[in-house]
This record gives sequence, structure tokens and C-alpha cells, in this order.
Amino acid sequence: MRPESMKIFDDLRGQNMVVLENAKQSGRKVVGMYCAYCPQELVLAAGAIPVSLCGTRDEPIADAEKVLPRNLCPLIKSSFGFAITGKCPYFYFSDFIVGETTCDGKKKMFELLKQYKPTHIMHLPQGADRPGALSWWKEELSLLKERLEEELGVTISDDNLREAVKLANSEQRAVKELHELNKLDPAPLSGLDLLTATFMKGFNVNKFEGIALVNRLIDEVKEVIERGGSPFRAGTPRILLTGCPVGIGSEKVIRLLEEGGGSVVCFESCSGYKILAMLTDEDERRDPLEAIAERSLKIPCSCMTPNEGRLGLLGRMIREYRVDGVVDLTWQACHTYNIEAELVRGYVRDNFDIPCLHLETDYSNSDLQQLKTRVTAFIELLDKRWT
Amino acid sequence: MGIDVGSITSKAVLLNGSAWQSVLRPTGYSPRQAGREVFDELLDKAGLARADIGYIIATGYGRTTLDFADKAMTEITCHAKGAHHLVPGADMVIDIGGQDSKVIFTDRQGNVADFSMNDKCAAGTGRFLQVMAAAMGADVSELAELARGEEPVQISNMCTVFAESEVISLLAEGVGRGRIIAGIHRSVAKRVTAMAERIGKGELIAFTGGVSKNEGVREYLARELGREIVVAPESQLAGALGAALLAREKLLNAKVLHEKK
Repeated sequence: MRPESMKIFDDLRGQNMVVLENAKQSGRKVVGMYCAYCPQELVLAAGAIPVSLCGTRDEPIADAEKVLPRNLCPLIKSSFGFAITGKCPYFYFSDFIVGETTCDGKKKMFELLKQYKPTHIMHLPQGADRPGALSWWKEELSLLKERLEEELGVTISDDNLREAVKLANSEQRAVKELHELNKLDPAPLSGLDLLTATFMKGFNVNKFEGIALVNRLIDEVKEVIERGGSPFRAGTPRILLTGCPVGIGSEKVIRLLEEGGGSVVCFESCSGYKILAMLTDEDERRDPLEAIAERSLKIPCSCMTPNEGRLGLLGRMIREYRVDGVVDLTWQACHTYNIEAELVRGYVRDNFDIPCLHLETDYSNSDLQQLKTRVTAFIELLDKRWT
Repeated sequence: MGIDVGSITSKAVLLNGSAWQSVLRPTGYSPRQAGREVFDELLDKAGLARADIGYIIATGYGRTTLDFADKAMTEITCHAKGAHHLVPGADMVIDIGGQDSKVIFTDRQGNVADFSMNDKCAAGTGRFLQVMAAAMGADVSELAELARGEEPVQISNMCTVFAESEVISLLAEGVGRGRIIAGIHRSVAKRVTAMAERIGKGELIAFTGGVSKNEGVREYLARELGREIVVAPESQLAGALGAALLAREKLLNAKVLHEKK
């Protein structure tokens, strides 16, 4: 049975729009972010509202292609399309945009975005393993801090930062706990519901309310577990989804996997567990900016080289969630994840002897039938129950 | 019984002990109707009624349109099973059908271990060959004969639309039809080889699907892969045969379960 509070999550994006508009009218500032590397702690410490602008829908892509090349990943095109068409109220309400130099497509897209909103681009190191990487990244955080102070007309103190770290950590703990409920077999939450609940954290105007809602869902799911409930029958193949981030609007692969008879139990991507497995150090004696920099630099994204952290995380999740198969999703023209798919495939094969399916697609429905054949064949290969 | 409704041809296979019967006909525009027709035709041929058939599995791109089937399964699972029956012990199956090409690795028992498929594009498929044949005023069934012994010309484009333009330019330059067709065969083989080698190297390779009937593609595929490939005479029926074999497994397991009770 589907938890009751999922209905609230379903409507959250629309409801939060009204809340956001009211907050704007009462003078609150809004900062738009695109990526997990953007430290939301700084935005919270500035008293502003952080919102996620990462495009997950197909609609604005045609408009984006009037400016951007077609053979670019749908995530970048969708993000840009929403920005230039005014179709995304969250972009519309944003006073300031933070981008970062992750992949080439994104960093150049942010240059174009500057024509539409005041934008600051953070410079990431190319990898986390060089001696100067952390100090470089910390310096980038203090540049962002200065820019936020200037743009929003505020001063950000160390105490503001420490408080923000605690708030962001408690959000992370709650969402992580929710995700981990799916370690149970059969999983109490469908992949689609887990995605919906996780995705909505990017649209919370009031963090405390958002966390309370996640906790309410956790309590409800625990009750479902006690009654022995699950949307899945025993023996349903358990699938880990890795690769490019997925959101509401770009969930077609998850939908196909679950309609085809699988259970997507966890997401390794940055829209899922990747950024939940690491808290910021709350030690009061430390420089909070350094603690924030340290945490975000550990995010194992394919834009980094090397990116061994991703394989380590995958291995841990395969074991802890006891998955039967791995699906690695690449958005078309995402070179970094597409190439890394080869490493993922080898790692999964050599260490776990479970099947791995690599899919390359975009946000449109044009390849739904072809995708369905691959996905269903993968489930048939995992599911030995049918005869 | 197994019914494979492909994009170009529909096939049906009926198993009766170790013997089997089959029919095949063009799919045309309606997969539902084509599936129905091969089903009726095969019943007729065998002198049986629907009630005499224990279990029906539908496969191929039209698999979900057949409401009289008991179950739909993907062509990947069915081809692995069918190829195993036709070429016992094959660990790699290359299937090139009308609208897709796939490489399947099996556990040598007919079960899928890994697979790879072409993207949403006709490159390296039966449709690609059909379009090229049409551009040269030939029928797809004549291609192998026309290219026999010819030195292949380089075809650079993988995209069906661009490759067609390339073929037309080559014809305009006065390059012989046979050499162009040989080049097309080689380009299909190269494309499928690249897809196969991304997932591994097989030892015993079975080649199935409609394109396996083309001797030219077969030769270049063996050359590109550096290994012998086996094409059974009934290779076009591998999907329908696999579906029929899976249907039989389902019946046998149900019987075992029933007897246990």
C-alpha cells in the first residue's frame, strides 16, 4: 500500500511555488542552484532560500535548441530552456544563480545564462586527489560567500554557517534514513515514490517543514513494514540505478523497470544516495567553510578524475541493498558518465557477478519501445520465477 | 507455441515432442493481424485448434499486440533460447533482424547472461540493407549473389539516410554495384562487431535473424570477429522457436508443481 503522505509529496512542487511567492513578497531572497557541488549551507547561512533548478523535463528542450547545439545532454538543454522561456517559476523567482565548472557543457551553458540572471560560476578542481585541491575549493567557497554577501546585502558569520551546516546535515540524515528503509526485501517503497520524496527536497522553501515531512513519511513507511506491506512480491528483482541524475519528468527508465517487473531499491546518482552518505563535520573548533569544502569535494561525480569514490560507493550499495542487478543510465551526450560506464561495467562484473545494463537515452519518449525491450529483457534475465 | 512478430516478418513455431512445424509471412502494417494470421495458418497446417495448444508465448516488436497469447517475452530471451537449440553450446548469439541488431551472451544453456542492442536507429539492421538494396534497384534477397567475389568499396556513413546518399554518389561516380553491396555488407559487419566486442568475445557464435540468410554479411562478420560463425538453416525462426521452447518449459514446470501437490 502506498503511504498516505506520498500524496503530499506529489503536490509539493506546486504548493511550494505559492509559499515561495509569498516569501519573495515578504522580502526573502532566492538563490538558484544546479548541482550538488553548490554548497547550500552558504545560501542558508545568508538567510536566503536555496532552490534546485536542474532541468528534468522534456518540454523546454525545443526552445533551448534554438540557442544550444542539439547534441548536448538533455539535462543541460532542459535547464537552459526553463531559464530562457520563463516556464520555471523557481528560476523566475531566483535573485541569483550559482553554477560550477563540472562538465564542459554545463560550464559553457552558465556563461550564456549570465545574460538572464546574475550568475556566479564556482571553479571546481578536476579531481580531489591533488594536494592543493581542498585549499583551492575552500578558496572558491569564500569567493562565493563574498559574492552572496554583496548580491544579497548580508553578512555571513561563522555562527550562521555552523547553524546552516546543522540544518543541512539534519536534512541529509532524514532523507538518508528514508532511502535506507529500502534495504529491506521486498522494498517498502517503490523506486518512483523514493525518487519523488527525494526530489522534492530541492523545492522546500522551509527546510524544517521539509524535514518534518520526510520524517512523517519515514514513520508511515515503518508502520507499513510492521504490517509486512510492500508494493512488491517476494523475489522481485532488486535493482540499483546509477549514472546521470534523474528527477520527476525524467523518470522513464525507473517507470519502465518497475512496470517490467523490477523494484528499483536505490539510486546511486547525485539525485539520490551519492550525496547522502556524507555529513559535514560539525566540530565547533573547525573553520566551517573548510568543513563544508571538505564534504562537497568528496562527492564522487564523473566530472572528476579519478573518480574511484563512485565505484567504492557502488560496491557498498550493492552489498547493503542486496541488489540483483545494476542499471547504469547515461543521458545522451553526457561524455563523462558514458565513458565511465565501461569502468562501472567491469567493476560490477569482476566484483559481484551480477548483471549490469547500460542505457543511453534522453528525456523524450521517442525511444520508449526500444528501451522497453532492453529493460524487460534485463528483468527477464534477473527474474527466474516466471516458470 | 511461439510467435515472433518482427518488424518485417512474422513467424510461428509449434513444438510437438521433438518435432516442430513452422510458418512465416510478411508482417505488413498490422502486427496484430500478422500474428493472428501465422497463428491460424500454423493451426491449420497442424490440424489443431486453439484448445489443443498448451501455452503460447509471443515475442518480437509486436509481442504485446497478441491478445490470444498467454505471455509476452522479449526477443532477447527468446533468441538466446532458440539459438541454443539450433546451435547447441553457443555462448554468443548475433541476431540481426528488420529493425534491430543485438548481441547476446549466454550461459551455454540458452539463458541470457548479457546483451547489447543497437540504438534507436536502423544502422546495421535488415532495414538498412533493404534501403540500400532499393537504392540500387535490387531486392534484398539478391544482395549476397550480386556482391559475390567483389572487392568492397569503403562505406563511411553508418546512418541509413546518409549511407543512402553515399551509395547514390558512388553509383554516380561509376563504381560497380557489386563492390558497393560488398561494402555495405562489410559496414554492417563492422558495426555489429563493435557492438559485440564491447561486451566480450564468444567462442561458439550463432548468427540468427533474417539477415543471417545473407551470405555476404555472414562472411564479413566471421572475418571481422576473427572466428567462425554458425548459421543454422532455420536461423530466421530462432525467436519463434525460443518462444515455443520457453512455453514448453512453462508447461513442464507447471506439471511438476501440480504433481508435487
